[in-house]
Amino acid sequence: MSASTPGSIARGPRRDEGIAHRLARRRKRRNLIVAGLCIAATVLGLVLLASILITLLWLGGGGLSTTVFTTVTRPPGSHGGLLNAIIGTLIQTVIGTVIGTPIGMMVGTYLAEYGGNSVFAGVIRYVSDVLLSAPSILIGLFIYQLIVSPMGGFSGIAGSLALAVIVIPIVVRTTEDMLRLIPTSLREAAVGLGAPKWKVITFVCYRAARDGIVTGILLAVARIAGETAPLLFTSLGNLNWSLSLARPMASLPVTIYQYAGSAFSDWVQLAWTGALLITVGVLATNIIARTALRGRG
Amino acid sequence: MGDAVFAAAARASGGFVLVLLGGIIVSLFIGGLPAFRRFGVGFITNTDWDPVKQIFGAGVSIYGTLVTSVLALILAIPLAFGIAFYLTELAPAWLRRPVGTAVELLAAIPSIIYGMWGFFVIVPLMGQIIEPWVIDTFGDIPVLGVLFQGPPFGTGIFTAALILSIMVIPFIAATMRDVFETVPPVYKESAYGLGCTTWEVMRSIVLPYTRVSVMGGVMLGLGRALGETMAVTFVIGNTDRISSSLFGPGNTIASIVALEFPESPAGSLKLASLLALGFILFVISFIVLAISRLLLRTRLRP
Repeated sequence: MSASTPGSIARGPRRDEGIAHRLARRRKRRNLIVAGLCIAATVLGLVLLASILITLLWLGGGGLSTTVFTTVTRPPGSHGGLLNAIIGTLIQTVIGTVIGTPIGMMVGTYLAEYGGNSVFAGVIRYVSDVLLSAPSILIGLFIYQLIVSPMGGFSGIAGSLALAVIVIPIVVRTTEDMLRLIPTSLREAAVGLGAPKWKVITFVCYRAARDGIVTGILLAVARIAGETAPLLFTSLGNLNWSLSLARPMASLPVTIYQYAGSAFSDWVQLAWTGALLITVGVLATNIIARTALRGRG
Repeated sequence: MGDAVFAAAARASGGFVLVLLGGIIVSLFIGGLPAFRRFGVGFITNTDWDPVKQIFGAGVSIYGTLVTSVLALILAIPLAFGIAFYLTELAPAWLRRPVGTAVELLAAIPSIIYGMWGFFVIVPLMGQIIEPWVIDTFGDIPVLGVLFQGPPFGTGIFTAALILSIMVIPFIAATMRDVFETVPPVYKESAYGLGCTTWEVMRSIVLPYTRVSVMGGVMLGLGRALGETMAVTFVIGNTDRISSSLFGPGNTIASIVALEFPESPAGSLKLASLLALGFILFVISFIVLAISRLLLRTRLRP
């Protein structure tokens, strides 16, 4: 140890062991406090998720019975179910996905394989990203103006189209991301065999990116199955049995909205059961999609 | 031949996305035109909403939209930051994926579920316990007390902001986590090597490095909060005037459109006013989302 002797050359401020010790303690304490707050924030987030799920299981699980799945919505007090709402949600979700997916995939393909870094592609990418987060209620109003108003009535097909508009940007995003992950050597190998570009994309790239693209589609399905706002202005909801796409069509979220705000206890009970069904469906689809993606690494 | 067709189809689909955006803007504007013509620019600031006298103004709902969204962000940012910090630096490796997935599931829950949960769980909690306590404790403070006065309905601006904050936390947290992970490990390792604590590394290395993208994530959350409909509709209280108290009822653009639409016959001035409101909401959220993408683009898209 070289204790500084008086008169030696300047060595800068002397290290005071006491102060250094207290400073280190203070820094560590501050670190612990922040870490504690962060853990508390995370626990709070998990508690909120648990609270929502437990509330749904508690209040919705009690109303689960076969009548929910076998009976259509009925006036209060007459033991109705949710059959038409469940079927309506399935129909509109499927049609919305079937319409939106090919468009979204083609856009994603354009961005990954053709557009590159051109200005046009940049603008499309930007707009698609904005549409991804655009308020869904506005998409409902758009379809109302475009389809419902000119056709003179609410219809299942209008609801499906509104959902399709929501599907497109989600599929664009995952398709582009997944196609970009494919190594160029794979494309070059296919081109070297004499395959035209469109065959390279459809037979080689799509196959290689299949799991990722399917994940994107599943996430899109999970998103639109629970959408309420765009359907309020398009398919409106229907308390009677109707499979016609030209007429107003029931859906689980809209039925939940109508029933939850009502004054009848059996309707509120059905709303909770419907909420449980839709949440379980949406979360299960999400988990399946994420697991599939993880399996790919 | 096949190549040309496929390329044209891909390019056309790309163009379709632009048409879609243009279509949304134009259709809302045309729909709202009668209201803009009738009330002029004053539509934006007018706080009257009187279907009987056929006077409609956007003031109350624009105020409600901005106040609930900003309040939601103030509540959500610290929590989202805490979660992102925990997930990137503090959590043991085996916990990261399950906790991360749980937070993402929070984002996947449909908004109508948040609305029901808020209405049946949070509103009674606010109305019977939290609001009476806050009103008793802070209501008598001069000037500031105005924010906390009034009867404890349970529903209202503050409850809506609370639900909104829970809904945007996962979006902000996920973005923050993703950008925190873009920090080159060597920067953090250097700081750790100098003896920095985890918090000091976060504050002095990670946050300065990711500042712009973190703002982008916050703007993304704001964009979400501005247009959120169903959850707000359940708990906002639906009143057509501005309340000085944060606990007072109000309306947002999205909630008034959802609530008033069924009572607006086609071709009426009221429907035009709702579409005009939709146009205003689109302009606001488009600006916010565009800024968000601009801030995020540099970091997330190498």
